[in-house]
Amino acid sequence: MSVTEMFSYIQGSLSADQDVREEIRKVVQTLEQAAREILTVLQSVHQPSGFKEIPSKCAKARELFCTVRTQLGELKTKFPVEQYYRFHEHWRFVLQRLAFLAAFVVYLETETLVVREEVAKILGIQVVREKGFHLDVEDYLAGVLIMASELSRLAVNSVTAGDYTRPLRISNFINELDSGFRLLNLKNDPLRKRYDGLKYDVKKIEEVVYDLSIRGLAKEAGDK
Amino acid sequence: MNRREGEGCPRRNADAAQDRDAGANSSSPVIAAFKVFQQELDTKHDKHERLVKISRDVTIESKRTIFLLHRVTSVPNAEDILQEAEVKLDAVRQKIGQIAEELRGEDIFQFHRAFTPGIQEYVEAVSFLHYIRHRSLISLEEINARLVFGTAEKGTAEELQTDGPVLTFQVTPSDYLLGVADLTGELMRMCISSVGNGDIDTPFQLSQFLRQIHDGFSYIGNTGPYEVSKKLHTLRQSLGKVEDACYALRVRGSEIPKHMLADVFSSRSALPDPEEGVV
Repeated sequence: MSVTEMFSYIQGSLSADQDVREEIRKVVQTLEQAAREILTVLQSVHQPSGFKEIPSKCAKARELFCTVRTQLGELKTKFPVEQYYRFHEHWRFVLQRLAFLAAFVVYLETETLVVREEVAKILGIQVVREKGFHLDVEDYLAGVLIMASELSRLAVNSVTAGDYTRPLRISNFINELDSGFRLLNLKNDPLRKRYDGLKYDVKKIEEVVYDLSIRGLAKEAGDK
Repeated sequence: MNRREGEGCPRRNADAAQDRDAGANSSSPVIAAFKVFQQELDTKHDKHERLVKISRDVTIESKRTIFLLHRVTSVPNAEDILQEAEVKLDAVRQKIGQIAEELRGEDIFQFHRAFTPGIQEYVEAVSFLHYIRHRSLISLEEINARLVFGTAEKGTAEELQTDGPVLTFQVTPSDYLLGVADLTGELMRMCISSVGNGDIDTPFQLSQFLRQIHDGFSYIGNTGPYEVSKKLHTLRQSLGKVEDACYALRVRGSEIPKHMLADVFSSRSALPDPEEGVV
């Protein structure tokens, strides 16, 4: 094979690769749009009026996850299933967002940590790699960490809205999450960097709890 | 530096985790879930580390092979050296076999970053040897064809079990491309040393070959990965040097006694590269 032939062969495979990336990018864009819509719905829980409507907001968000499922289904068809990690970078960000949103919805509904299987179910994807398009464990954990910072915000806003018991529950939850993350031996990677932010969320929530307890507001609510 | 940090921190983390572990409610579902994640992440990181280690070995051995091949021009019996290089590359292939073994059933691209430097170096070495032998560019298929690993050397008992799927390693087009880009640097060095030896033909062959490769890279342009366009710059410089050398040989080769050619050439190549500004 001559040099020219070799290079035109390589060029062919490279441009085929680019076409696939282009297709993926298109679907990811619509996914990002859907994720933003869900986020907008859920953001309203920070409003004083939104606190009473949490169940209805969650229901609405869950409806919107339907479109996410169909779009993720479409994304699956854009590339060979065994090359997931080849194009991972393209949807990593949006998948983390979606994991966060799913975790947030589940937290608002049940005040528990969503398991990975549940997130995968909400998004209509798999948990293990062998079965197809899956949710990478690091993406799931990143999503959970985004939720932690959202919850620290929620703790502050719930006090403003006059709900004094919620920060205590959030505090317990975040502490448990923190001890969970301490079990992990993280490398010097993006996940580790994000995890380093968790302590600030913990600190913030503890401050809120402290403020409430020195003023007797926590007791007044009759929780502790 | 980076790696050392990466190695140190998990240990600290692990200690902290153990301290907490005694106090934390270990029966809670959250903790139980994270224990699973811990295992999963550790397995993945261990595999990554192992691959990095093998890749380093592959890099080192390939580099040595390249150095060995540079001796070809200055030694009378080249065939011996080529044989020796062949043996060395066989050892490298064994190592790549280990990589393939690690990647059995995995997504190759998940760990691609761990072993890509080694593979590029291997491509460089193997294509250099191929060039010296055949004066042509080794193709991607030829490289991949030699990275098929039987399981025969692992004993007959295992052979029976794992006979079905033969282990192969596929060099990706971009790794191949980057390896070939590195090859041009070696060819440039080979050109210089062959001038030093009074070999007049090789520089001209090399400059032609390098020009072909350069044209190929220009054809790919920026469709390739980012690293390719970075290497294109170095390739241009190498090509410039080789072309200068040919120029010097052509113009003055007939006037100057052969033993002084090397001096003429080295003084020329010390001049600043005129191409640099243009690129």
